[in-house]
Amino acid sequence: MTEKHKLSPRARQRVLSALALLGFFGLWELACIVSNVSNLVLPRPSQVLAVLIDKLPLLWPHTVQTLHTTLAGFTLGVLTGILLGLLIGSSRTAYDVAYPLLVGFSSIPKVAVVPIFVVWFGSGTIPAVLTSMVISIFPVVVNVATGLANTEPELEDVLKVLGARKRDILWNVSLPRALPYLFASLKISITLAFVGTVLAETVASNKGIGNMMMIASGNFDVPMVFAGLVILAVLGVALYAVSSWFEMRMTGWAQRKTELAMA
Amino acid sequence: MTQPFVALSNVTVRYGGGTVALSETSLRIQQGEFVALVGPSGCGKSTILKLVAGLLPATSGGLLVAGRESRPGTVRIGLAFQNPTMLPWLNIRDNVMMPLKIVQPFRRDFARKRRGEYAQKVEALLEQVGLRGMGDKRPWQLSGGMLQRASLCRALIHEPQLLLLDEPFGALDSFTREELWGLAQQLWLDKRPTVLLVTHDLREAAYLANRVCVMTSRPGRILEDRALDFPRPRTIEGSYAPAFATLVQQLRMRIAEARSEPADGQRGDPVAASGSDCPPAVEPERMVA
Repeated sequence: MTEKHKLSPRARQRVLSALALLGFFGLWELACIVSNVSNLVLPRPSQVLAVLIDKLPLLWPHTVQTLHTTLAGFTLGVLTGILLGLLIGSSRTAYDVAYPLLVGFSSIPKVAVVPIFVVWFGSGTIPAVLTSMVISIFPVVVNVATGLANTEPELEDVLKVLGARKRDILWNVSLPRALPYLFASLKISITLAFVGTVLAETVASNKGIGNMMMIASGNFDVPMVFAGLVILAVLGVALYAVSSWFEMRMTGWAQRKTELAMA
Repeated sequence: MTQPFVALSNVTVRYGGGTVALSETSLRIQQGEFVALVGPSGCGKSTILKLVAGLLPATSGGLLVAGRESRPGTVRIGLAFQNPTMLPWLNIRDNVMMPLKIVQPFRRDFARKRRGEYAQKVEALLEQVGLRGMGDKRPWQLSGGMLQRASLCRALIHEPQLLLLDEPFGALDSFTREELWGLAQQLWLDKRPTVLLVTHDLREAAYLANRVCVMTSRPGRILEDRALDFPRPRTIEGSYAPAFATLVQQLRMRIAEARSEPADGQRGDPVAASGSDCPPAVEPERMVA
Protein backbone atom coordinates (compact mmCIF):
# COMPACT_ATOMS: atom_id res chain seq x y z
CA MET A 1 0.00 0.00 0.00
CA THR A 2 2.59 2.53 -1.04
CA GLU A 3 1.02 4.06 -4.16
CA LYS A 4 -0.64 7.33 -3.38
CA HIS A 5 -3.38 7.15 -5.99
CA LYS A 6 -4.78 3.99 -4.45
CA LEU A 7 -7.83 4.87 -2.39
CA SER A 8 -8.61 3.23 0.88
CA PRO A 9 -11.19 0.43 0.48
CA ARG A 10 -13.72 2.58 2.27
CA ALA A 11 -13.26 5.58 -0.03
CA ARG A 12 -13.29 3.33 -3.06
CA GLN A 13 -16.56 1.85 -1.97
CA ARG A 14 -18.01 5.34 -1.67
CA VAL A 15 -16.77 6.44 -5.06
CA LEU A 16 -18.19 3.29 -6.60
CA SER A 17 -21.63 3.76 -5.07
CA ALA A 18 -21.68 7.40 -6.19
CA LEU A 19 -20.74 6.27 -9.68
CA ALA A 20 -23.48 3.64 -9.64
CA LEU A 21 -26.02 6.30 -8.70
CA LEU A 22 -24.86 8.68 -11.42
CA GLY A 23 -24.70 5.82 -13.89
CA PHE A 24 -28.28 4.87 -13.10
CA PHE A 25 -29.60 8.34 -13.84
CA GLY A 26 -27.32 8.66 -16.86
CA LEU A 27 -28.66 5.42 -18.34
CA TRP A 28 -32.20 6.51 -17.64
CA GLU A 29 -31.64 9.83 -19.38
CA LEU A 30 -29.96 8.09 -22.31
CA ALA A 31 -32.69 5.48 -22.63
CA CYS A 32 -35.37 8.18 -22.73
CA ILE A 33 -33.53 10.15 -25.40
CA VAL A 34 -32.76 7.12 -27.56
CA SER A 35 -36.25 5.61 -27.37
CA ASN A 36 -37.84 9.05 -27.64
CA VAL A 37 -40.42 8.12 -25.03
CA SER A 38 -43.02 10.76 -24.18
CA ASN A 39 -42.54 12.49 -20.83
CA LEU A 40 -46.13 11.58 -20.08
CA VAL A 41 -44.88 8.02 -19.73
CA LEU A 42 -41.38 8.37 -18.40
CA PRO A 43 -39.83 11.80 -17.93
CA ARG A 44 -36.09 12.22 -18.14
CA PRO A 45 -34.18 12.80 -14.90
CA SER A 46 -33.14 16.23 -16.15
CA GLN A 47 -36.80 17.18 -16.60
CA VAL A 48 -37.60 15.93 -13.12
CA LEU A 49 -34.73 17.98 -11.74
CA ALA A 50 -35.98 21.04 -13.60
CA VAL A 51 -39.45 20.57 -12.12
CA LEU A 52 -37.96 20.12 -8.67
CA ILE A 53 -36.12 23.43 -8.94
CA ASP A 54 -38.94 25.33 -10.65
CA LYS A 55 -41.72 24.20 -8.39
CA LEU A 56 -39.77 24.21 -5.16
CA PRO A 57 -41.92 26.91 -3.50
CA LEU A 58 -44.95 24.81 -4.29
CA LEU A 59 -43.39 21.49 -3.28
CA TRP A 60 -41.76 22.66 -0.08
CA PRO A 61 -44.90 22.92 2.13
CA HIS A 62 -45.93 19.44 1.01
CA THR A 63 -42.48 18.11 1.83
CA VAL A 64 -42.54 19.66 5.28
CA GLN A 65 -46.04 18.31 5.87
CA THR A 66 -45.04 14.77 4.91
CA LEU A 67 -41.88 14.95 6.96
CA HIS A 68 -43.69 16.17 10.05
CA THR A 69 -46.44 13.62 9.69
CA THR A 70 -43.94 10.81 9.24
CA LEU A 71 -41.81 11.87 12.17
CA ALA A 72 -44.84 12.20 14.43
CA GLY A 73 -46.16 8.79 13.39
CA PHE A 74 -42.74 7.22 13.65
CA THR A 75 -42.10 8.63 17.12
CA LEU A 76 -45.48 7.53 18.41
CA GLY A 77 -45.04 4.14 16.76
CA VAL A 78 -41.58 3.60 18.23
CA LEU A 79 -42.63 4.64 21.73
CA THR A 80 -45.67 2.39 21.65
CA GLY A 81 -43.55 -0.36 20.12
CA ILE A 82 -40.94 -0.12 22.87
CA LEU A 83 -43.60 -0.23 25.58
CA LEU A 84 -45.36 -3.21 24.02
CA GLY A 85 -42.04 -4.92 23.38
CA LEU A 86 -41.01 -4.47 27.02
CA LEU A 87 -44.34 -5.84 28.15
CA ILE A 88 -44.24 -8.82 25.84
CA GLY A 89 -40.54 -9.55 26.11
CA SER A 90 -40.32 -9.52 29.88
CA SER A 91 -42.70 -12.40 30.48
CA ARG A 92 -43.11 -15.71 28.74
CA THR A 93 -46.88 -15.71 29.25
CA ALA A 94 -47.33 -12.23 27.84
CA TYR A 95 -45.24 -13.30 24.86
CA ASP A 96 -47.37 -16.35 24.16
CA VAL A 97 -50.65 -14.53 24.66
CA ALA A 98 -49.90 -11.37 22.73
CA TYR A 99 -47.91 -12.73 19.84
CA PRO A 100 -50.78 -14.18 17.75
CA LEU A 101 -52.71 -10.97 18.29
CA LEU A 102 -49.76 -8.95 17.11
CA VAL A 103 -49.20 -11.06 14.03
CA GLY A 104 -52.90 -10.77 13.25
CA PHE A 105 -52.85 -6.98 13.46
CA SER A 106 -49.71 -6.68 11.45
CA SER A 107 -51.04 -8.81 8.61
CA ILE A 108 -53.94 -6.41 8.03
CA PRO A 109 -53.03 -4.34 4.95
CA LYS A 110 -52.61 -0.81 6.18
CA VAL A 111 -54.55 0.63 3.23
CA ALA A 112 -57.58 -1.00 4.80
CA VAL A 113 -57.29 0.89 8.07
CA VAL A 114 -57.03 4.37 6.54
CA PRO A 115 -60.79 4.61 5.88
CA ILE A 116 -61.45 3.65 9.48
CA PHE A 117 -59.17 6.40 10.73
CA VAL A 118 -60.91 8.81 8.38
CA VAL A 119 -64.28 7.83 9.79
CA TRP A 120 -63.00 8.35 13.32
CA PHE A 121 -60.94 11.50 12.91
CA GLY A 122 -61.94 12.99 9.56
CA SER A 123 -59.52 13.38 6.69
CA GLY A 124 -56.32 15.36 7.16
CA THR A 125 -53.17 14.98 9.17
CA ILE A 126 -54.40 12.74 11.97
CA PRO A 127 -55.22 9.64 9.87
CA ALA A 128 -51.81 10.00 8.20
CA VAL A 129 -50.01 10.17 11.54
CA LEU A 130 -51.96 7.18 12.82
CA THR A 131 -51.34 5.10 9.71
CA SER A 132 -47.66 5.82 9.86
CA MET A 133 -47.66 4.96 13.56
CA VAL A 134 -49.54 1.71 13.13
CA ILE A 135 -47.28 0.58 10.34
CA SER A 136 -44.07 1.27 12.23
CA ILE A 137 -45.04 -0.43 15.51
CA PHE A 138 -44.67 -4.06 14.54
CA PRO A 139 -40.94 -4.28 13.71
CA VAL A 140 -40.13 -2.44 16.94
CA VAL A 141 -42.28 -4.68 19.11
CA VAL A 142 -40.90 -7.87 17.64
CA ASN A 143 -37.28 -6.76 17.85
CA VAL A 144 -37.46 -5.37 21.37
CA ALA A 145 -39.22 -8.48 22.61
CA THR A 146 -36.67 -10.72 20.91
CA GLY A 147 -33.80 -8.68 22.28
CA LEU A 148 -35.14 -8.92 25.81
CA ALA A 149 -35.70 -12.64 25.51
CA ASN A 150 -32.11 -13.09 24.36
CA THR A 151 -30.30 -12.44 27.65
CA GLU A 152 -27.85 -15.22 28.47
CA PRO A 153 -29.17 -17.24 31.42
CA GLU A 154 -25.68 -17.45 32.94
CA LEU A 155 -25.40 -13.70 33.08
CA GLU A 156 -28.77 -13.48 34.71
CA ASP A 157 -27.61 -16.06 37.26
CA VAL A 158 -24.52 -14.01 38.10
CA LEU A 159 -26.76 -11.06 38.92
CA LYS A 160 -29.52 -13.02 40.63
CA VAL A 161 -27.03 -14.55 43.02
CA LEU A 162 -26.09 -11.04 44.02
CA GLY A 163 -29.69 -10.48 44.99
CA ALA A 164 -30.49 -8.37 41.93
CA ARG A 165 -34.13 -7.50 41.54
CA LYS A 166 -35.95 -7.96 38.27
CA ARG A 167 -35.65 -4.25 37.66
CA ASP A 168 -31.85 -4.35 38.14
CA ILE A 169 -31.50 -7.10 35.59
CA LEU A 170 -33.77 -5.33 33.14
CA TRP A 171 -31.91 -2.06 33.48
CA ASN A 172 -28.35 -3.34 33.57
CA VAL A 173 -28.48 -6.31 31.26
CA SER A 174 -31.65 -6.89 29.27
CA LEU A 175 -32.24 -3.36 28.02
CA PRO A 176 -28.70 -2.68 26.81
CA ARG A 177 -28.73 -6.14 25.25
CA ALA A 178 -31.95 -5.26 23.41
CA LEU A 179 -30.68 -1.91 22.11
CA PRO A 180 -29.05 -3.23 18.91
CA TYR A 181 -32.29 -5.02 18.11
CA LEU A 182 -34.23 -1.83 18.69
CA PHE A 183 -32.00 0.19 16.39
CA ALA A 184 -32.13 -2.44 13.69
CA SER A 185 -35.91 -2.15 13.83
CA LEU A 186 -35.79 1.65 13.70
CA LYS A 187 -34.18 1.50 10.29
CA ILE A 188 -37.01 -0.69 9.04
CA SER A 189 -39.69 1.34 10.77
CA ILE A 190 -38.61 4.72 9.45
CA THR A 191 -38.97 3.59 5.84
CA LEU A 192 -42.30 1.96 6.65
CA ALA A 193 -43.48 5.14 8.34
CA PHE A 194 -43.09 6.95 5.01
CA VAL A 195 -45.15 4.30 3.31
CA GLY A 196 -47.89 4.82 5.88
CA THR A 197 -47.88 8.59 5.58
CA VAL A 198 -47.95 8.69 1.81
CA LEU A 199 -50.63 6.03 1.75
CA ALA A 200 -52.93 8.02 4.00
CA GLU A 201 -52.13 11.27 2.23
CA THR A 202 -53.02 9.70 -1.08
CA VAL A 203 -56.34 8.40 0.18
CA ALA A 204 -57.53 11.12 2.49
CA SER A 205 -55.70 14.38 2.81
CA ASN A 206 -55.36 17.74 1.15
CA LYS A 207 -51.71 18.22 1.98
CA GLY A 208 -48.47 16.30 1.72
CA ILE A 209 -46.41 14.68 -1.00
CA GLY A 210 -48.88 11.81 -1.37
CA ASN A 211 -51.75 14.20 -2.01
CA MET A 212 -49.62 16.32 -4.33
CA MET A 213 -48.72 13.23 -6.38
CA MET A 214 -52.37 12.19 -6.58
CA ILE A 215 -53.34 15.59 -7.96
CA ALA A 216 -50.35 15.71 -10.32
CA SER A 217 -51.14 12.31 -11.76
CA GLY A 218 -54.76 13.37 -12.18
CA ASN A 219 -53.45 16.29 -14.29
CA PHE A 220 -51.13 13.99 -16.25
CA ASP A 221 -48.23 16.02 -14.87
CA VAL A 222 -45.94 13.00 -14.79
CA PRO A 223 -42.67 14.92 -14.22
CA MET A 224 -44.30 16.34 -11.10
CA VAL A 225 -45.21 12.84 -9.90
CA PHE A 226 -41.63 11.80 -10.37
CA ALA A 227 -40.45 14.87 -8.52
CA GLY A 228 -42.60 13.67 -5.61
CA LEU A 229 -40.98 10.26 -5.79
CA VAL A 230 -37.54 11.80 -5.72
CA ILE A 231 -38.42 13.88 -2.67
CA LEU A 232 -39.74 10.78 -0.89
CA ALA A 233 -36.59 8.84 -1.74
CA VAL A 234 -34.35 11.64 -0.48
CA LEU A 235 -36.32 12.00 2.74
CA GLY A 236 -36.28 8.23 3.27
CA VAL A 237 -32.54 7.94 2.75
CA ALA A 238 -31.90 10.94 5.01
CA LEU A 239 -33.95 9.55 7.89
CA TYR A 240 -32.46 6.10 7.41
CA ALA A 241 -29.01 7.66 7.65
CA VAL A 242 -30.00 9.48 10.83
CA SER A 243 -31.20 6.23 12.44
CA SER A 244 -28.01 4.50 11.35
CA TRP A 245 -25.90 7.24 12.83
CA PHE A 246 -27.75 6.91 16.13
CA GLU A 247 -27.26 3.18 15.99
CA MET A 248 -23.52 3.60 15.54
CA ARG A 249 -23.32 6.04 18.40
CA MET A 250 -25.44 4.05 20.80
CA THR A 251 -24.49 0.49 20.05
CA GLY A 252 -21.05 0.62 18.50
CA TRP A 253 -20.10 -2.27 20.80
CA ALA A 254 -22.41 -4.58 18.90
CA GLN A 255 -20.94 -3.87 15.48
CA ARG A 256 -17.22 -3.59 16.01
CA LYS A 257 -16.53 -5.98 13.14
CA THR A 258 -18.57 -4.37 10.41
CA GLU A 259 -17.63 -0.98 9.15
CA LEU A 260 -20.51 1.33 8.48
CA ALA A 261 -22.40 -1.01 6.23
CA MET A 262 -24.78 1.48 4.72
CA ALA A 263 -24.35 4.64 2.69
CA MET B 1 -16.77 -29.16 64.92
CA THR B 2 -18.22 -25.71 64.36
CA GLN B 3 -21.42 -25.04 62.54
CA PRO B 4 -20.70 -25.65 58.82
CA PHE B 5 -20.99 -22.69 56.48
CA VAL B 6 -22.81 -24.72 53.86
CA ALA B 7 -24.83 -27.73 54.89
CA LEU B 8 -26.78 -29.96 52.52
CA SER B 9 -28.60 -32.74 54.27
CA ASN B 10 -30.29 -35.47 52.25
CA VAL B 11 -31.07 -33.14 49.39
CA THR B 12 -32.91 -34.47 46.37
CA VAL B 13 -33.48 -32.43 43.23
CA ARG B 14 -35.93 -33.56 40.62
CA TYR B 15 -36.30 -31.49 37.47
CA GLY B 16 -39.64 -30.79 35.83
CA GLY B 17 -39.39 -33.70 33.44
CA GLY B 18 -38.96 -36.13 36.32
CA THR B 19 -35.21 -36.43 35.90
CA VAL B 20 -33.57 -36.91 39.27
CA ALA B 21 -30.46 -34.74 39.18
CA LEU B 22 -29.41 -35.27 42.75
CA SER B 23 -30.49 -37.86 45.24
CA GLU B 24 -30.20 -37.82 49.00
CA THR B 25 -26.97 -35.89 48.95
CA SER B 26 -25.31 -34.55 52.05
CA LEU B 27 -22.36 -32.21 52.02
CA ARG B 28 -20.88 -29.98 54.69
CA ILE B 29 -18.46 -27.19 53.95
CA GLN B 30 -16.72 -25.33 56.75
CA GLN B 31 -16.08 -21.61 56.61
CA GLY B 32 -12.92 -20.86 54.65
CA GLU B 33 -12.67 -24.30 53.08
CA PHE B 34 -11.85 -24.88 49.43
CA VAL B 35 -13.96 -27.80 48.23
CA ALA B 36 -13.82 -29.28 44.75
CA LEU B 37 -16.65 -31.36 43.30
CA VAL B 38 -15.58 -33.81 40.62
CA GLY B 39 -17.47 -36.52 38.80
CA PRO B 40 -18.73 -37.74 35.45
CA SER B 41 -20.46 -35.13 33.33
CA GLY B 42 -24.13 -34.72 34.03
CA CYS B 43 -23.76 -36.04 37.57
CA GLY B 44 -25.31 -33.05 39.29
CA LYS B 45 -22.20 -31.09 40.21
CA SER B 46 -23.60 -27.91 38.76
CA THR B 47 -26.94 -28.69 40.36
CA ILE B 48 -25.30 -28.59 43.79
CA LEU B 49 -23.70 -25.30 42.88
CA LYS B 50 -27.01 -23.80 41.80
CA LEU B 51 -28.69 -25.12 44.93
CA VAL B 52 -26.12 -23.48 47.15
CA ALA B 53 -26.43 -20.27 45.14
CA GLY B 54 -30.16 -20.31 45.79
CA LEU B 55 -30.92 -20.37 42.08
CA LEU B 56 -32.64 -23.73 42.30
CA PRO B 57 -35.00 -25.11 44.95
CA ALA B 58 -34.40 -28.49 46.50
CA THR B 59 -37.23 -30.97 45.92
CA SER B 60 -36.66 -32.42 49.38
CA GLY B 61 -34.05 -32.24 52.10
CA GLY B 62 -32.46 -29.33 53.89
CA LEU B 63 -30.01 -26.71 52.74
CA LEU B 64 -28.51 -24.10 55.01
CA VAL B 65 -25.99 -21.47 54.03
CA ALA B 66 -24.52 -19.52 56.96
CA GLY B 67 -27.20 -21.09 59.13
CA ARG B 68 -30.05 -19.82 56.98
CA GLU B 69 -32.06 -20.97 54.05
CA SER B 70 -30.24 -20.03 50.85
CA ARG B 71 -32.04 -17.37 48.89
CA PRO B 72 -30.40 -14.96 46.48
CA GLY B 73 -29.18 -11.93 48.37
CA THR B 74 -29.02 -13.42 51.86
CA VAL B 75 -25.36 -14.39 51.77
CA ARG B 76 -22.83 -12.50 49.71
CA ILE B 77 -21.95 -14.91 46.92
CA GLY B 78 -19.59 -14.59 43.98
CA LEU B 79 -20.20 -16.69 40.90
CA ALA B 80 -17.98 -17.45 37.91
CA PHE B 81 -18.73 -19.74 34.98
CA GLN B 82 -16.74 -21.30 32.19
CA ASN B 83 -18.08 -18.55 29.96
CA PRO B 84 -16.84 -15.20 31.32
CA THR B 85 -20.14 -13.46 30.32
CA MET B 86 -18.73 -9.95 30.29
CA LEU B 87 -21.20 -7.32 29.16
CA PRO B 88 -19.92 -6.14 25.77
CA TRP B 89 -21.16 -2.59 26.12
CA LEU B 90 -19.20 -1.94 29.31
CA ASN B 91 -15.47 -1.70 29.69
CA ILE B 92 -13.66 -4.12 31.97
CA ARG B 93 -13.74 -1.77 34.94
CA ASP B 94 -17.50 -1.32 34.79
CA ASN B 95 -18.00 -5.02 34.23
CA VAL B 96 -16.00 -5.88 37.32
CA MET B 97 -17.79 -3.16 39.24
CA MET B 98 -21.25 -4.53 38.43
CA PRO B 99 -21.70 -6.39 41.75
CA LEU B 100 -21.01 -3.19 43.68
CA LYS B 101 -23.89 -1.61 41.81
CA ILE B 102 -26.24 -4.31 43.04
CA VAL B 103 -25.10 -5.67 46.40
CA GLN B 104 -25.58 -3.85 49.68
CA PRO B 105 -23.83 -2.17 51.42
CA PHE B 106 -21.93 -1.08 48.31
CA ARG B 107 -25.05 -0.24 46.38
CA ARG B 108 -25.99 2.53 48.77
CA ASP B 109 -22.86 4.54 47.98
CA PHE B 110 -22.47 3.50 44.37
CA ALA B 111 -23.30 6.82 42.75
CA ARG B 112 -20.95 8.66 45.10
CA LYS B 113 -18.00 6.26 45.12
CA ARG B 114 -17.97 4.71 41.67
CA ARG B 115 -15.37 7.12 40.32
CA GLY B 116 -13.23 7.21 43.43
CA GLU B 117 -13.08 4.46 46.00
CA TYR B 118 -14.73 1.74 43.93
CA ALA B 119 -12.66 2.45 40.84
CA GLN B 120 -9.53 2.14 42.96
CA LYS B 121 -10.79 -1.08 44.47
CA VAL B 122 -11.34 -2.51 40.99
CA GLU B 123 -7.95 -1.29 39.82
CA ALA B 124 -6.22 -2.93 42.78
CA LEU B 125 -7.94 -6.24 42.13
CA LEU B 126 -7.22 -6.08 38.40
CA GLU B 127 -3.59 -5.45 39.21
CA GLN B 128 -3.54 -8.45 41.51
CA VAL B 129 -4.75 -10.74 38.73
CA GLY B 130 -2.31 -9.29 36.20
CA LEU B 131 -4.74 -7.04 34.35
CA ARG B 132 -3.14 -3.77 35.34
CA GLY B 133 -4.35 -0.87 33.21
CA MET B 134 -6.90 -3.02 31.36
CA GLY B 135 -9.88 -1.30 33.02
CA ASP B 136 -10.61 0.86 29.99
CA LYS B 137 -10.47 -2.01 27.51
CA ARG B 138 -13.60 -3.55 26.06
CA PRO B 139 -14.21 -7.27 26.60
CA TRP B 140 -13.58 -8.17 22.96
CA GLN B 141 -10.10 -6.68 23.16
CA LEU B 142 -9.04 -9.25 25.75
CA SER B 143 -7.98 -12.86 25.29
CA GLY B 144 -9.91 -15.75 26.82
CA GLY B 145 -7.49 -16.04 29.73
CA MET B 146 -7.69 -12.33 30.46
CA LEU B 147 -11.48 -12.41 30.33
CA GLN B 148 -11.52 -15.26 32.80
CA ARG B 149 -9.27 -13.25 35.13
CA ALA B 150 -11.70 -10.36 34.84
CA SER B 151 -14.55 -12.75 35.53
CA LEU B 152 -12.79 -13.87 38.73
CA CYS B 153 -12.42 -10.22 39.68
CA ARG B 154 -16.13 -9.67 39.18
CA ALA B 155 -16.82 -12.68 41.40
CA LEU B 156 -14.57 -11.28 44.14
CA ILE B 157 -15.03 -7.51 44.02
CA HIS B 158 -17.86 -7.46 46.56
CA GLU B 159 -15.82 -9.53 49.04
CA PRO B 160 -18.10 -12.55 48.96
CA GLN B 161 -18.25 -14.98 51.85
CA LEU B 162 -18.87 -17.77 49.42
CA LEU B 163 -17.28 -18.20 46.01
CA LEU B 164 -18.92 -20.59 43.56
CA LEU B 165 -16.89 -21.60 40.53
CA ASP B 166 -18.43 -23.69 37.78
CA GLU B 167 -15.56 -24.96 35.63
CA PRO B 168 -14.09 -21.49 35.43
CA PHE B 169 -10.95 -22.63 33.62
CA GLY B 170 -12.58 -25.24 31.40
CA ALA B 171 -12.35 -23.32 28.15
CA LEU B 172 -8.71 -22.25 28.49
CA ASP B 173 -5.56 -23.78 27.06
CA SER B 174 -3.55 -25.81 29.52
CA PHE B 175 -0.80 -23.24 30.13
CA THR B 176 -3.25 -20.45 30.84
CA ARG B 177 -5.24 -22.82 32.99
CA GLU B 178 -2.27 -23.68 35.15
CA GLU B 179 -1.40 -20.01 35.44
CA LEU B 180 -4.90 -19.28 36.67
CA TRP B 181 -4.73 -22.11 39.21
CA GLY B 182 -1.83 -20.29 40.79
CA LEU B 183 -3.83 -17.09 40.73
CA ALA B 184 -6.96 -18.67 42.19
CA GLN B 185 -4.89 -20.20 44.99
CA GLN B 186 -3.29 -16.84 45.72
CA LEU B 187 -6.64 -15.10 45.84
CA TRP B 188 -8.01 -17.75 48.16
CA LEU B 189 -4.97 -17.55 50.46
CA ASP B 190 -5.35 -13.76 50.59
CA LYS B 191 -9.04 -13.47 51.29
CA ARG B 192 -10.01 -16.93 52.52
CA PRO B 193 -13.54 -17.08 51.18
CA THR B 194 -15.35 -20.41 51.31
CA VAL B 195 -15.01 -21.88 47.84
CA LEU B 196 -16.99 -24.52 46.02
CA LEU B 197 -15.35 -25.47 42.74
CA VAL B 198 -17.00 -27.68 40.15
CA THR B 199 -14.54 -29.17 37.71
CA HIS B 200 -13.81 -31.99 35.30
CA ASP B 201 -10.10 -31.61 35.76
CA LEU B 202 -8.74 -33.80 38.55
CA ARG B 203 -5.34 -32.14 38.62
CA GLU B 204 -7.11 -28.84 39.03
CA ALA B 205 -9.17 -30.18 41.90
CA ALA B 206 -6.12 -31.67 43.60
CA TYR B 207 -4.05 -28.53 43.09
CA LEU B 208 -6.61 -26.10 44.44
CA ALA B 209 -8.83 -27.80 46.97
CA ASN B 210 -8.58 -28.82 50.61
CA ARG B 211 -11.23 -31.42 50.01
CA VAL B 212 -12.28 -33.27 46.90
CA CYS B 213 -15.74 -34.79 46.69
CA VAL B 214 -16.25 -37.44 44.02
CA MET B 215 -19.79 -37.83 42.73
CA THR B 216 -21.57 -40.73 41.05
CA SER B 217 -23.31 -40.52 37.70
CA ARG B 218 -26.82 -39.12 37.64
CA PRO B 219 -28.67 -39.18 39.88
CA GLY B 220 -25.70 -37.85 41.73
CA ARG B 221 -24.56 -38.74 45.20
CA ILE B 222 -21.27 -38.09 46.87
CA LEU B 223 -19.22 -41.25 46.61
CA GLU B 224 -16.07 -40.17 48.30
CA ASP B 225 -15.04 -37.19 50.35
CA ARG B 226 -11.33 -36.79 50.57
CA ALA B 227 -9.23 -34.27 52.49
CA LEU B 228 -6.01 -33.12 50.83
CA ASP B 229 -3.11 -31.89 52.88
CA PHE B 230 -0.52 -30.93 50.30
CA PRO B 231 1.31 -27.92 51.70
CA ARG B 232 0.44 -24.43 50.45
CA PRO B 233 1.24 -22.64 48.32
CA ARG B 234 1.12 -25.50 45.90
CA THR B 235 3.10 -25.31 42.67
CA ILE B 236 2.76 -26.78 39.20
CA GLU B 237 6.03 -28.68 39.76
CA GLY B 238 4.50 -30.10 42.92
CA SER B 239 1.56 -31.35 40.90
CA TYR B 240 3.93 -33.79 39.21
CA ALA B 241 5.28 -35.16 42.50
CA PRO B 242 4.56 -38.86 43.15
CA ALA B 243 2.13 -38.29 46.03
CA PHE B 244 0.10 -35.86 43.94
CA ALA B 245 0.11 -38.13 40.90
CA THR B 246 -1.00 -41.08 43.03
CA LEU B 247 -3.92 -39.10 44.41
CA VAL B 248 -5.02 -37.96 40.96
CA GLN B 249 -4.77 -41.55 39.78
CA GLN B 250 -6.92 -42.76 42.69
CA LEU B 251 -9.56 -40.10 42.03
CA ARG B 252 -9.53 -41.09 38.41
CA MET B 253 -10.18 -44.73 39.28
CA ARG B 254 -13.01 -43.67 41.58
CA ILE B 255 -14.69 -41.75 38.80
CA ALA B 256 -14.22 -44.58 36.34
CA GLU B 257 -16.03 -46.75 38.88
CA ALA B 258 -18.72 -44.14 39.37
CA ARG B 259 -19.35 -43.96 35.66
CA SER B 260 -19.88 -47.67 35.32
CA GLU B 261 -22.04 -47.91 38.42
CA PRO B 262 -25.56 -47.05 37.25
CA ALA B 263 -25.03 -48.93 34.01
CA ASP B 264 -24.65 -52.38 35.58
CA GLY B 265 -27.24 -51.70 38.31
CA GLN B 266 -25.90 -54.64 40.31
CA ARG B 267 -25.08 -52.75 43.47
CA GLY B 268 -28.43 -53.06 45.12
CA ASP B 269 -28.83 -49.29 44.97
CA PRO B 270 -32.45 -48.54 44.08
CA VAL B 271 -31.63 -44.94 43.24
CA ALA B 272 -28.94 -45.92 40.80
CA ALA B 273 -31.25 -48.42 39.16
CA SER B 274 -34.07 -45.90 38.80
CA GLY B 275 -31.69 -43.56 37.04
CA SER B 276 -31.55 -45.73 33.96
CA ASP B 277 -33.74 -43.36 31.99
CA CYS B 278 -30.96 -40.81 32.02
CA PRO B 279 -28.60 -40.58 29.11
CA PRO B 280 -25.31 -42.30 29.81
CA ALA B 281 -22.46 -40.04 30.79
CA VAL B 282 -20.14 -39.54 27.87
CA GLU B 283 -17.19 -37.24 27.33
CA PRO B 284 -14.42 -39.35 28.85
CA GLU B 285 -11.52 -37.40 27.37
CA ARG B 286 -11.57 -34.64 29.99
CA MET B 287 -11.28 -37.18 32.78
CA VAL B 288 -7.68 -37.85 31.98
CA ALA B 289 -5.52 -35.87 34.31
